[in-house]
Amino acid sequence: MISSGFNINHLYFLLNGALWTLCLSLIAFIGGGVAGGVVALCRISPVAPIRWLAYVYVQIIQGTPLLVLLFVSYFGLSIAGLTLSGLVAASISMVIYVSAYLGEIWRGCIQSVARTQWEAAECLALTRAQRLRLVILPQAVRIATPPTVGFMVQIVKNTSLASIVGFVELVRAGQLINNSIFQPFLIYLLIAGIYFAMCYPLSAWSRKLEGRLQYKMRPQPNT
Amino acid sequence: MSIVVELDNVHKSFGTNTVLKGVSFAVPKGQVVAIIGQSGSGKSTALRCIDRLEIIDDGQIHVCGHQVHGADVDLRALRTDVGIVFQSYNLFPHLTVEQNVMLAPRAVKKRTKAEAAEISNRVLRQVGLLEKAQSYPEQLSGGQQQRVAIARSLAMEPKVMLFDEVTSALDPKLTGEVLRVIEALAADGMTMVLVTHEMEFAAKVADIVIFMHQGKVWETGPGSMLRDPRTPELKEFLAYGL
Repeated sequence: MISSGFNINHLYFLLNGALWTLCLSLIAFIGGGVAGGVVALCRISPVAPIRWLAYVYVQIIQGTPLLVLLFVSYFGLSIAGLTLSGLVAASISMVIYVSAYLGEIWRGCIQSVARTQWEAAECLALTRAQRLRLVILPQAVRIATPPTVGFMVQIVKNTSLASIVGFVELVRAGQLINNSIFQPFLIYLLIAGIYFAMCYPLSAWSRKLEGRLQYKMRPQPNT
Repeated sequence: MSIVVELDNVHKSFGTNTVLKGVSFAVPKGQVVAIIGQSGSGKSTALRCIDRLEIIDDGQIHVCGHQVHGADVDLRALRTDVGIVFQSYNLFPHLTVEQNVMLAPRAVKKRTKAEAAEISNRVLRQVGLLEKAQSYPEQLSGGQQQRVAIARSLAMEPKVMLFDEVTSALDPKLTGEVLRVIEALAADGMTMVLVTHEMEFAAKVADIVIFMHQGKVWETGPGSMLRDPRTPELKEFLAYGL
């Protein structure tokens, strides 16, 4: 990267960074999704201490900048004797961050299923687990799909913070190129364009799902 | 005649609002009991207490051998014996009619898919909706949805059925089709408790009519009681109700 102008190698390097952005997003979404599911279930647990623990967890994570989470897992843990690579540190912090937000989004979706649905299932002698699995969750998943897809946009964009701990994703790749050729306007516009290309389809999909939801899920009359 | 449901001096408050002030009545096997009364008289609450959807403060409730007032009552066993149908149907919107009906027999009674399908066919025929088996609830009229809700309860072969103002959200024509289903159940000897505003129906189908007023059983008697009320409160209620 000693050449004076932006060339095909730079573009290749950027796209490689974009690939890592996608990769980290995927890790964050899958890991955070699994953990977020657990958080959501804990938040509606009939056992009060579990509900409280989950509530405190969500509040702490939502009240902390993702950047600080990153610093804790990258620098903090390394002092504690655990040296993590940028990818691992970024993955851990993203998973924690996503779990709190998705957990809270999904809790809301579960609780937005009419109480009468719980009652009807209860009156058919279903166990609590069966009520949740057979009646409530299938309805909650439909409600949850648009906001979940919408949140995926946040995940993709927030992976850019991992550049700070030296993980070469899209932004970090751009910084490295810029350091050698100093064309910030071009490079950062390009990066913005690539982010947009990744995020816009997600937003569009989320909007489409919302439209479908309104058509499909006619609310039931309540007493 | 054996007693299926028995309330004995039942009290229930919501906060400072006392809804049931010592309610007692019994439902003999195979009989239809209609509970009537103004809004706020406690009739729906009394019904919900039978299925332990509300937990009573004082008194006793016995249902099919279950001590419903006890803290250690086996709720799932109780609800296997008791079917309940609500005003707002409460069908599961993500499932077809047939899946709604088959859900509990499969999940609770561990019936095979074939057995559950057979049960579903039987109860849907009973409510006259076999041809709607593959429809979703939102594709049905209110009356049809309510008949599916009845079928869903029947699929568990309950020993007693509770109906909580099941026609209050329906227009007269749809009300008629639901009442005909209930009437047929009565003719089959199903034990039933229904909270209703349909006075003519109560007079015709009920073996026992209970008039509740201000959280108490005010007057009770056979269906003919509605043509010949004794208390001034029932007289007044009927004057407005009919």
